[in-house]
Amino acid sequence: MQNLTKINNTFGDEKVIDACSIFGMMNLNGKRFSAKDPIRAIANMHDRGNGLGGGFAAYGIYPAYKTDYAFHIMFLDRDAKKKTSRRISEGFKIIYEEEIPTQEAKVTDPPIMWRYFVEPKPSKLENLSPDNYVMEKVTRINTETGKAFVFSSGKDMGVFKGVGFPEDVGQYFCLEEYEGYLWTCHGRFPTNTQGWWGGAHPFSMLDWTVVHNGEISSYGINKRYLEMFGYKCTMQTDTEVMAYAFDLLMRRQNLPIQIVSKILAPPLWSEIKTMKTKNKQALSALRQTYGSLLMNGPFTIIVAHEGEMIGLTDRIKLRPLTAASKGDFLFLSSEEAAIRLVSPMLDKVWSPRGGVPVIGRLLGPVPEVTE
Amino acid sequence: MMKSYVSPEYLVDRDQNRCIRCKVCVNQCSYDTHYYDEEDDKMYSRTENCVNCQRCATFCPTQAISIRENPNHYKSNANWTQEVITSIKKQAETGGVVLTGMGCDKPNLSYWDRLLINASQVTNPSIDPLREPMELRTYIGSKPDKLDFDFRNGDVELKTKLSPQLTLETPIMFSAMSYGSISLNVHKSLARAASEYGTYYNTGEGGLEKSLYKYGDHVIVQVASGRFGVHPDYLDAGAAIEIKIGQGAKPGIGGHLPGEKVSTEISKTRMIPLGTDALSPAPQHDIYSIEDLRQLIYALKEATDYTKPVLVKIAAVHNAAAIASGIVRAGADAVVLDGVRGGTGAAPRITRDNVGIPIEMALAAVDQRLRDEGIRNQASVIAAGGIKSSGDVLKAIALGADACYIATAALVSLGCTVCQKCYTGKCPWGIATTDLWLTKRINPDLGAKRLFSLLRAWSLEIMEMMGGMGINALESVRGNRLVLRGVGLTDTELNVLGVRMVGE
Repeated sequence: MQNLTKINNTFGDEKVIDACSIFGMMNLNGKRFSAKDPIRAIANMHDRGNGLGGGFAAYGIYPAYKTDYAFHIMFLDRDAKKKTSRRISEGFKIIYEEEIPTQEAKVTDPPIMWRYFVEPKPSKLENLSPDNYVMEKVTRINTETGKAFVFSSGKDMGVFKGVGFPEDVGQYFCLEEYEGYLWTCHGRFPTNTQGWWGGAHPFSMLDWTVVHNGEISSYGINKRYLEMFGYKCTMQTDTEVMAYAFDLLMRRQNLPIQIVSKILAPPLWSEIKTMKTKNKQALSALRQTYGSLLMNGPFTIIVAHEGEMIGLTDRIKLRPLTAASKGDFLFLSSEEAAIRLVSPMLDKVWSPRGGVPVIGRLLGPVPEVTE
Repeated sequence: MMKSYVSPEYLVDRDQNRCIRCKVCVNQCSYDTHYYDEEDDKMYSRTENCVNCQRCATFCPTQAISIRENPNHYKSNANWTQEVITSIKKQAETGGVVLTGMGCDKPNLSYWDRLLINASQVTNPSIDPLREPMELRTYIGSKPDKLDFDFRNGDVELKTKLSPQLTLETPIMFSAMSYGSISLNVHKSLARAASEYGTYYNTGEGGLEKSLYKYGDHVIVQVASGRFGVHPDYLDAGAAIEIKIGQGAKPGIGGHLPGEKVSTEISKTRMIPLGTDALSPAPQHDIYSIEDLRQLIYALKEATDYTKPVLVKIAAVHNAAAIASGIVRAGADAVVLDGVRGGTGAAPRITRDNVGIPIEMALAAVDQRLRDEGIRNQASVIAAGGIKSSGDVLKAIALGADACYIATAALVSLGCTVCQKCYTGKCPWGIATTDLWLTKRINPDLGAKRLFSLLRAWSLEIMEMMGGMGINALESVRGNRLVLRGVGLTDTELNVLGVRMVGE
């Protein structure tokens, strides 16, 4: 069995610490655009990474296979590919498969990478929802096969990531040839890992992706809390607990982002005290119930899933996040300069307050930008 | 009567040049150690009476008194120590159980000092608690796994109804010490300090004296095997109810308050006749099994209309994890674990020092078990027994405790010097006594102030350590064992604690 802990955490540290640059760009009308600008923007923050990881998540890139789960898988060798393909075809109808197109770039030791567009076989679902079914299969491939790792598994979206600077990883995957309405990007500065392609960001589960800059000091309890709900933190990164927290709260418990942001980055008790009765009750109960999911310590995250991009920092904002809008574009970035590079004239630029989410959402004809 | 072979434990030295014969020492000592000889115009000591409580030395205006251990030791022997030999001699002379007070004094049962706390360097910033918010607020009670909300025109409305909770402004509460084992003035001091700081004091099993009902919002009323002072008003008066199954200092055995301590006030509060022995049976005689416990938990909840959390306190014993799981499933809102180093007013020394397990291990095992079973949210876990500094509190919380109970430390702040003679009822510091001449030594105004200061000091220290870790809310330390490392521990010990080795 492949021990992801060992691969991702070579030195067996309690968790992998990394600091980073992050960038997100979304067209709220769902207009699709190439990776050219996101790559320029993230490249502008080159010095925030150290070449040990870069990655992208792109939404709306597979319109032809809109209803199929798109699996991006890395294989350590041909044999693993063969075995995993067999495994996939047992549980899924494979609509189309191909090697992920790549080109020459400054990246280190790329594995073999394929993508599969699949539908779960209805006969195999039993009581599971298709999403849960996919989640289970993906987890099993990742922990059991030893040499295959599914790093993207949502619909009409894809994660591209690897070891290198993000601009090089973008070039390697020919991302300028893709068009999506939402891109998130990550440049990594790990203080631990020896550079395993699967350990780069974004971290994803189904169509949920997280890029993250920070170190979660509460990681120890966040992890133990999530374990109670059946999550296995195999990667030992705080980004992983962040992703699972979103999965638990938003997908499984159906809480809206406004509530979830108050769980991850709650207001201070002294602020809660001055609120209106109903809000006071709600926020007190949130802190009492979900205290173990408070993400303490510095972080900025950009979370995305179909039709939505969310930026959030820790409650005392120990990591940077700048938001900006221009027409129907919403930008989120570690540094304002990166936004200005791709869109010099902006309608609005602001520094979101700690713990207050910036939400960009595709919502019918009038897209909504809310803070 | 045969001459006792037990030699005095302490020698009292008096510097006759400094002594001004003011007789403060005579008045302060409740063990009759000092006396004044008019003929000689000199002070003398009956050194065999001295318990080394340091009361006389503290109050001597000229620092004329010093107390030292009797240098006449038996021949050194790792097995047949002074304590062993003395115990046997005492037993030979009395035929009785050797009694003692306070917690186990053996060094090998403590793990706190072998756990070390983390701090931030570079990759995340530490936080200065003097300039930035640092939150210690803690809630004790059952929590749901999820909350449901209604969203109406911009307002959020909570649909889930939370179980009753205790609100603590610091994760430290005053543990159970009964009225009778300690004086009313000490209870007053505890109740007032807890109210002022925003935490709780536990009545212990001796009921709640009428004048203290006004502090009810900050009182946890205890229901123990003797059911002393338990009546509807008592249950209604408290903010929470604690069922006492066991005590860390004496797991598996009951208690005995001698009749001479049962004064008018105590007899009223305990609802027993004046001057009668107050005997607490070893078990609660209506609880012989876990389903019986469930009945008592729900009887108490029914009696108080489900308005208060019900806590269940057990001594930390070998299978504490399984027992705690049962307690949570029986409906308790919190489990209190009292470790082997927990204090007592009186216990057989042999039980105190040999029965039960250290709180660190019990706490770690219980927290992990409740998580493995997915029921950790259903109840809070409170650690008690041998917590002697804010460092211990923070370590307990990192191991998984929601809050800690302190008792010995609280008494020490009032003057107690841990002389371990509480069972004599003659506490010269006016704490573990009901003798009115002695109890007035505790002034509740000053007592409350000292206890408040202790809570404040420990809270500030906890904030300093949290800030050092870059954590500004206590819930992010709670159960976060990665902030701890062990030193000088075996793999098995580290495993049970769920803590990695220093350097790892």
